[in-house]
Amino acid sequence: MSWTKKDLLGLEYLTQEEIELILDTTESFKEVSTREIKKVPALRGKTAVNLFYEPSTRTRVSFEVAAKRLSADVINIATETSSVRKGETLIDTGKNIQALKADIIIMRHNCSGAANMLARTLEISVVNAGDGWHEHPTQALLDIFTLREKLGKIKGLNIAIVGDIAHSRVARSNIWGLTKLGANVTVCAPEILLPVGIEKTGVKVTSNIDEALENADAVNVLRMQFERDEGAAFPEQLDYYQRFGITEERLAKAKKNIIVMHPGPINRGVEMSSEVADGSNSVILEQVTNGIAVRMAVLFLVSQAKDAKQ
Amino acid sequence: MSILIKNGRVIDPANNIDTVLDILIDGNLISQVAKNIITQPDSIIDATNKIVAPGIVDMHVHLRQPGREDKETVATATAAAAKGGVTTVLAMPNTQPPIDCPQNVELLKKIIQKDAKIDVLTCGTITMGRLGQELSDIEALKKSGVYAISDDGSSVDNNELMCEAFKKAKQAGLLTICHSEDKKLSGKGVINLGFNSTRLGLRGISNESEYKRVARDIELAEKAGACVHIAHVSCKESVEIIAAAKRRGVKVTCETAPHYFALTEEDIVDYDTNMKINPPLRTQKDVDAIKAGLKNMVIDVIASDHAPHTENEKDIEFDRAEFGKIGLESGLAVSIIELIDKKILSWLELFDKLAVNPARILGISKGRLSVGAVADIIIVDADKEFILEKKSIVSKSKNSPFIGKKVKGSVEYTIYNGKVVYKS
Repeated sequence: MSWTKKDLLGLEYLTQEEIELILDTTESFKEVSTREIKKVPALRGKTAVNLFYEPSTRTRVSFEVAAKRLSADVINIATETSSVRKGETLIDTGKNIQALKADIIIMRHNCSGAANMLARTLEISVVNAGDGWHEHPTQALLDIFTLREKLGKIKGLNIAIVGDIAHSRVARSNIWGLTKLGANVTVCAPEILLPVGIEKTGVKVTSNIDEALENADAVNVLRMQFERDEGAAFPEQLDYYQRFGITEERLAKAKKNIIVMHPGPINRGVEMSSEVADGSNSVILEQVTNGIAVRMAVLFLVSQAKDAKQ
Repeated sequence: MSILIKNGRVIDPANNIDTVLDILIDGNLISQVAKNIITQPDSIIDATNKIVAPGIVDMHVHLRQPGREDKETVATATAAAAKGGVTTVLAMPNTQPPIDCPQNVELLKKIIQKDAKIDVLTCGTITMGRLGQELSDIEALKKSGVYAISDDGSSVDNNELMCEAFKKAKQAGLLTICHSEDKKLSGKGVINLGFNSTRLGLRGISNESEYKRVARDIELAEKAGACVHIAHVSCKESVEIIAAAKRRGVKVTCETAPHYFALTEEDIVDYDTNMKINPPLRTQKDVDAIKAGLKNMVIDVIASDHAPHTENEKDIEFDRAEFGKIGLESGLAVSIIELIDKKILSWLELFDKLAVNPARILGISKGRLSVGAVADIIIVDADKEFILEKKSIVSKSKNSPFIGKKVKGSVEYTIYNGKVVYKS
């Protein structure tokens, strides 16, 4: 199959085959980062714009590195210092970037659906680098890629996602992607951090961490986003760690080779202990490395789709 | 000036008429309703195979004037109303300035006198500036000619103040219209709380935020012995609470809007901000309850809650977009496909909701085709199917959730006060 979408907005909108195509393409790009000269000319002459309305270092840098390894020119727009502060609307900003003849906008935004809106307004590609609580597709793709690399497949795996499911775009994207590929997903959170009707996505729901870890082949531990939602009720940090924190004691009761993932940045001693984060089950830094290859694959595929249409 | 409407199917629930008749209009009044009227009128409208019904009385309309003429004006809203078969509207008072004193009623009345193409009734606020702090001078508002009071867009949170408002409204002989919403519960929500808010990653608004406040408003009105009208009922529990109140004899009436029986939260695909409405689009279970409530007479009225907003206010991030949608031009057609075609209501029952009941609730002698009544009449080609298109919207704002929807029932003529104010 070939890729036909000009945008990547979320994994909800992709088929199993499309997700697998991204993962397969990622494999071929992963090798590039191991070369002495870490660069291929796939996007030479293309311009990618990082448009970030929310503070982010790792995702922005990861996209920047990915685009540069594809030989694209990369422009970073930090909205605090741009015309956005002068009241420009998102659509106007997008149209201006399009008028500069950029090819891809990589956008992080605090409002859910912002990438959808931009994508349907513009002709150039939009890659969602995280929108509100909605989706963070490249994060989930790199999580799934890492799992597939480690365990050889996704179908039939038991995956636990633990943490603030309600406010997590990483959780939503992982749920869509993993369930489409046939994994058995369990989400685990305190009741107030479970969004209404989440079971309708086909996941199992629990508030008992030991139950979630039982039989799990991997656990994806979400960041507690204390900075995201002012005024929302969050459990006390210490209490959360006691009830849900991933510790060596808890892992001792789980499968021996359980894979521990985290999208970062970690709150050590909140979501997991330092021993677990740095321990032998953790693949956290491999996730970061794989993030480059996944984003290279995504940037490559969306620009191929656009070229094919022209 | 006389007009003879010939051979139409006359739907006149006030007189329990649903049969083919002629109607003769003489001046601004209906002078004869009978079979085969023989006369020499100034003009004849052939209404064969058409519905002839009372003009719609829409008791929930935001005209936006004075203050937000970029969204809508009395001139553009009443032109849109005429196109939608609406001959009377109640103008919600959340304008800038709000209609909270006789001077502002006068200000609005002057605009109406100059620009309105149909009947525009005024509504005053419950509290000064709609701030929920201090009551408006309700007696003075009544004397200046308002037909109801409402803080629409907000609810008066303070129970004592709201109770006092009901008492004052009762003394003045005024209807109180409640926007029943507990903001502490709805918070920063933007769509219904449910699987769709989870899927889209948007903050949810619970049914509870509506029905708890409906229950409170009814309880306070009952205590004061006042009439209360609950605006834009959207959820199942509210219907049940109102049904129970009616059974125990509370003077409560209520309205719903076409989008609450035509759309659900699942229609909010791809973050279409024209579907961002308060109260929000609910679930199928709620839609079913609204339809049942219309059928069994718990819900008295269908009103549009016409809420125009500019593209600048809608073509932005979903969280930041304004709540509300237009509806004057689409209400009848959406009601026909959802209620008549799906056999929820008969034509007589539909015009009870669109004309007879709102006129009765507002205490005006409209909504009927009796001899001697003011000639507010619409002629509708009920079988004509069409697609609602953005370019054909007359309203100044185009924020309709029904753009692209196939509907049925085209208004051919709108006659207001004996004159044709719209012809398709």
